[in-house]
Amino acid sequence: MSAPPLPAVSRVTRALPIPAGAGLARMVVLRNVTSFRHGWIALISGFFEPVLYLFSLGVGVGALVPSVTTDRGSVVTYAAFVAPALLAASAMNGAVFDSTFNVFFKLRYAKLYDGMLATPLGPRDVAVGEIAWSLGRGGIYSGLFLLVAVLAGLVHSWWSLLGLPAAVFIAFAFAAVGMFATTFMTSWVHFEYVTLAIQPMFLFSATFFPLSTYPGLLQWLVRLTPLYHGVALERGLLLGEVGAGLLWHVGYLLALGLVGVLGAARRIEGLLLR
Amino acid sequence: MRSLPFGTVVRVTANGSATPAERPTRRRPAPTSGPILLARGLRKTFGEFTAVDGIDVEVQAGESFGFLGPNGAGKSSTMRMVGAVSPVSGGELRIFGLDPASDGPAIRARLGVCPQTDNLDDELTVEENLWIYGRYFGLSRAQVRERAAELLEFAQLTDRAGDKVEPLSGGMKRRLTIARSLINNPELLLLDEPTTGLDPQARHVLWDRLFRLKRSGVTLVITTHYMDEAEQLCDRLVVMDHGRIVAEGSPRDLIARYSTREVLELRFDADDQAAPAAALAGVGERLEVLPDRLLLYAHDGDAALSAASARGIRPLSALVRRSTLEDVFLHLTGRTLVD
Repeated sequence: MSAPPLPAVSRVTRALPIPAGAGLARMVVLRNVTSFRHGWIALISGFFEPVLYLFSLGVGVGALVPSVTTDRGSVVTYAAFVAPALLAASAMNGAVFDSTFNVFFKLRYAKLYDGMLATPLGPRDVAVGEIAWSLGRGGIYSGLFLLVAVLAGLVHSWWSLLGLPAAVFIAFAFAAVGMFATTFMTSWVHFEYVTLAIQPMFLFSATFFPLSTYPGLLQWLVRLTPLYHGVALERGLLLGEVGAGLLWHVGYLLALGLVGVLGAARRIEGLLLR
Repeated sequence: MRSLPFGTVVRVTANGSATPAERPTRRRPAPTSGPILLARGLRKTFGEFTAVDGIDVEVQAGESFGFLGPNGAGKSSTMRMVGAVSPVSGGELRIFGLDPASDGPAIRARLGVCPQTDNLDDELTVEENLWIYGRYFGLSRAQVRERAAELLEFAQLTDRAGDKVEPLSGGMKRRLTIARSLINNPELLLLDEPTTGLDPQARHVLWDRLFRLKRSGVTLVITTHYMDEAEQLCDRLVVMDHGRIVAEGSPRDLIARYSTREVLELRFDADDQAAPAAALAGVGERLEVLPDRLLLYAHDGDAALSAASARGIRPLSALVRRSTLEDVFLHLTGRTLVD
């Protein structure tokens, strides 16, 4: 009646540079869902930040700015310009918070992954499960934010329906890279680097003003940041400025996410399966 | 969903005292009828450091086997390799006849692991800890709920089922960790220092639970640096020192082979024990000089004490006791086993 994990499969995964897993990553997600049933209040804070920004900047500052010309040439209100960027940022915030602080605690203090790896679960299950949960959390924030943006009358294009899957995709890239980076951290002090990476990105990834405002060289720097690609993707969809160019952003985020997942799994393997 | 080898749960209606958790676990024929655990020339190195230096071990189904030794002897490194979470550096290792390098998940599915430090999930309740851990083995929701109820009973934690883990006492956490390690009905249970840090009462409760498991046919592999624990729980054990096995046998065998039936412990007022030590030459079989006392190994402790008195030796206190594994260790390594 039993079918122990297929040796053929483990032989294949050993031949490739993919860390082992038992295909049970969903159980890691289940663990997090169970845990958050006790502390669901923690979910709320991440939702409010971008909403507050939307009203203070989009509506408040927007009153002083008659209109904005996007990098793709449309003329829109400032609030409509800022909303997609904040949607991307909320996906980033949710994903990064979970995949850095929470993962660090589980990895270094609670030793939860040691316990998981003593079961059939492998490092790949741990990485995929944690990242899936983080992107889910980012997705929830984004979904709620999108709802607020729609209710506030800032969304007009039907392409906006793709805004949510795109946000989940952005969350995936940030969750994966966040977890990968976290495996290198050995002290809480290292979280300063997370803030150092997130804050400037939040402010300067063409979030609050178009890319064309930056001098030439800086424009290229901005183009390198992952949030820029997230913002550009969401802006294209929410303002209905859709073109093949958006696939570039998708490709960038996909590559980043895959590197993050593989890197995180390999690091977990190296740290805990010595 | 991948099915794991936990199917055939033998439903034994409790015949009086037996709790469900100690019912005979499925006695699935192992792939080979050989030993549950087999190590030949097993080595573990971390860079230049050799933690396990070529050990040979064989554990049969139903046995209770111990690794005894001081901290740093290589017990935990051995346990991690057996638990299929640490790659073997050299030699051969088979668990259930399987190679951990290629069949890690299949091996871990049939193992229970109770690590040295509790790694319970503090964000979950007591029963959720069991449920979720069972799900890591691919068990269904219904399976883990049923099994968890039995195990909470076994661990005497039923009335704490809905509580958070954090406020539990050390002994309770340890019992929960052991209950958790049994969620998949393991054929082999690995216990790394199961009672370290517990008060005497909690240790006895735990020993009782482990003894019940052993009686129900679960193979136990235990590491410990407590002599009394090894004597209580192990049918057979190896003494490890500096990554090597220095002796092997049942507790009784080892005492018979490396010690005497009785030991006379003598304490003196003076710091210098050289004079009484010299005066005792020829009394008993052997003399160990420790910083705080003399240990005189003799078949008849009382006779040795009379002989010492006859030579004019006046100790501050004298105690005749039975020989223990501690004496074996002292004889084999020339050191006492202290934390």
